[in-house]
Amino acid sequence: MKRRDFLKSVSGLAAGAALPAMPQVVSSAKADARSETLLIVSEGGPNNLDIHGVGTNVPGYEVSWNCYDRLISHEMKSGPGGVPYYDRDKFKGELADDMKIDDMSVTFKLKKNAKFHDGAPVTAKDVKWSLDRAVSVGGFPTFQMSAGSLTKAEQFVVIDDSTVRVDFAKKDRLTIPDLAVIVPCVVNSELVKKNASEKDPWGLEFTKQQTAGSGAYKVTKWTAGTEVVMERNEDWVGGPLPKIKRVIWRMVPQAGNRRALLERGDADISYELPFKDFQEMKANGKLNVVSLPFSNGIQYIGMNVTKPPFDNPKVRQAMAYALPYQKIMDAVLFGLGNPMFGAAKDKATEVAWPQPHKYNTDMEKAKALLAEAGYANGFETTISFDLNFAGVNEPLCVLVQESLAQLGIKTTINKVPGANWRTELNKKEMPLFTNVFSGWLDYPEYFFYWCYHGNNSVFNTMSYKSAEMDKLIDGARTAAATGDKAAYDADVKGFVDLAYADVPRIPLYQPFVNVAMQKNISGYQYWFHRRLDYRAMAKG
Amino acid sequence: MLTMIGKRLMFAIPSLIGVVIVTFLLTRALPGDPAAYFAGPAATKEAVEQIRKKLGLDKPLIEQFFRYTNDLAHGDFGNSLTTGQPVAAEIRNRLPASAELTLLGLIVSIVIAIPLGVLAATRPGSWIDHLCRITTTAGVSLPVFFTGLVLVYVFYFRLGWSPAPLGRLDVFYSAPPTVTGFYLIDTLIARDVETFRSALSQLILPATTLAIFSLAPIARMTRASMLAVLASEFVRTARASGLSPSTVIVTYAFRNAMLPVITTLSMVFSFLLGANVLVEKVFAWPGIGSYAVEALISSDFAPVQGFVLTMAVMYVLLNLVIDILYGVIDPRVRLEG
Repeated sequence: MKRRDFLKSVSGLAAGAALPAMPQVVSSAKADARSETLLIVSEGGPNNLDIHGVGTNVPGYEVSWNCYDRLISHEMKSGPGGVPYYDRDKFKGELADDMKIDDMSVTFKLKKNAKFHDGAPVTAKDVKWSLDRAVSVGGFPTFQMSAGSLTKAEQFVVIDDSTVRVDFAKKDRLTIPDLAVIVPCVVNSELVKKNASEKDPWGLEFTKQQTAGSGAYKVTKWTAGTEVVMERNEDWVGGPLPKIKRVIWRMVPQAGNRRALLERGDADISYELPFKDFQEMKANGKLNVVSLPFSNGIQYIGMNVTKPPFDNPKVRQAMAYALPYQKIMDAVLFGLGNPMFGAAKDKATEVAWPQPHKYNTDMEKAKALLAEAGYANGFETTISFDLNFAGVNEPLCVLVQESLAQLGIKTTINKVPGANWRTELNKKEMPLFTNVFSGWLDYPEYFFYWCYHGNNSVFNTMSYKSAEMDKLIDGARTAAATGDKAAYDADVKGFVDLAYADVPRIPLYQPFVNVAMQKNISGYQYWFHRRLDYRAMAKG
Repeated sequence: MLTMIGKRLMFAIPSLIGVVIVTFLLTRALPGDPAAYFAGPAATKEAVEQIRKKLGLDKPLIEQFFRYTNDLAHGDFGNSLTTGQPVAAEIRNRLPASAELTLLGLIVSIVIAIPLGVLAATRPGSWIDHLCRITTTAGVSLPVFFTGLVLVYVFYFRLGWSPAPLGRLDVFYSAPPTVTGFYLIDTLIARDVETFRSALSQLILPATTLAIFSLAPIARMTRASMLAVLASEFVRTARASGLSPSTVIVTYAFRNAMLPVITTLSMVFSFLLGANVLVEKVFAWPGIGSYAVEALISSDFAPVQGFVLTMAVMYVLLNLVIDILYGVIDPRVRLEG
């Protein structure tokens, strides 16, 4: 008699008393397998097992995070609701035993007994080759490295077999944190070089299909778009041996089915469900639902400031008074988000990001401001959103459209297919749009550098340019690098105030990452990348 | 017979060339820039350009086309960017999953629809005729993904009779060694009854979903064509000669009524392959339908082209098989062919 038949025979009996421990009593071998296996269901899976690959998607980051080690990682602290949350300011060694920071360099001593999955020892040569690879392959990994002023292979120096030095190109507070993100992972250089070719000197084709790291897990089976199976690396030295022996990650495109799988106790953990589902699951209490704010992330309404009517700050302020903030929180997010609006009038600006602005829904004020700007009768515009996140974006835009109609502003909704969204953002022609930005590195000046600086990066979606803003952002970056706290605080407050007075973009809320899991799953940790870290998780 | 097959295949060549050209142009005309998509959310303009170069998308369209056809001639369908795998290998792996599901759905549908149609035709206006009308109308009016979700809700979530909708096998079973790619057959070859049961139980709901959807055309066509044949003179003659009703219906009427039914079957099979896309989504089925849709969403050219091309080849082959079947059923067709 097998699981299936058993399920049939007990389903009637178990209906009332069915806790997650339900149908797995069949044979003890199967039951063991189940209690040591974590079954994850999500909408999408990885397209590449190597974060250095061309166009590796976000699920691919999760594989990299769990199957590769970095020199250093973050400590945990207690976050909102007591959930472990990564500590931005505290580092611990993963492959490195010891980290010594000097004025213009940092030196790492590697753990002596660290081994790759194939048994080869992890040496300083591997570390250098991997970091060289990250700054050389181009695309996202190279871009992320440059965010911490890590741009040239010469910056990584092998001292001896187990010692590596990273030289700073310039003083930058983000250099060390940037070594703890997913990208600077250490790859088995000998193994990959053996499988590289002239056309592909970094062996990207090889690492796309298999993991070649020293991490806590290794991928043993991967069927793209269907499932990923990972087994524990018994010789892992990066931390305490994980409790979960095997991770099976299945792609289930239907959100309703993912919820059914969770509620029936067949799947252990899932994310990417509609907010309404999370809300209901939270309410009925059968599952653990963790909701935590995105670090350094904001969903906002952006306006193109280069073209009328949004080139007029009065119009932008009117917009900030006309948005239906509370309705969005209630009807779109079901409360699963941190409001970024309606701060008290007398609240002093903090040295923190994100923080709420002082606008609130006030149609009278909006009307007055519009009249002052010469648009008493409103105007016509288009609001665009990314269809990949239609679950949030669509109702949000409809609410905005309704609200603006009261001011005589006629808004057409433009749905942009996911594949096209970045192209559209890059063109910087959309007059009005909603989007999310969230930075891996949780520093205000990092956010502002990408989103408000006049060098006009992809994320300065409003094409906002202000000499004063640039001065404040550059000032804060320099002050952070040199440790000048007073100047730093003044600059951060300065740019936050300016961003809220000029309002090229109107923050709405800080989104939550939501994860639902069985009650017997413990050890969930929030990471800046918002994906799962299996290493700390346990079942039962 | 052989000349007929050869002739038919010759006719297919121009249509295949047309398909190659049209899919190439259509995928290029899709909105969206794959380079921007795959450069990731944090890409600079230079990063996007780097990716574009790597993907060969900076070359003129005509050069891209010749490169594409050259690769095709060597059996290379290109690489999918979303899944990171060669398209030819992916289609080879996924086609059996779709085919197994579609065929089973079709068989279930035939087993129910043809007797239903025949019975309805022999007793027009009776309760069985009404039953036939109601089930077929209901089946065809429900969108497949809806039927699928309802079935999952009732049989998996509520009753727990059906296994979790997690694809072709339960997570704790491993796939049988590939011989045909059809799990039902491969597990039997491997003499692994346990896995066979698991594969079958995973198939029941999605196959039923497809069957419900395809009942209507088959049952209606069987009924209509049977009615026409039953009213014809040779049936009256047969009846007048005192043949038993079952001989009249099965041997004389049914065989003659089969031709339009076969045509309908080929059409049903092709649109089931289309309906599959949604069923595969609902049941997390690793088939080619869901593969193609995902590729389309991310402007991933190669799999879309590969998918359309595979489908075109399948249609050509399917039509050929149907033509041959005509000959088997109706000797007159053979003579003319």
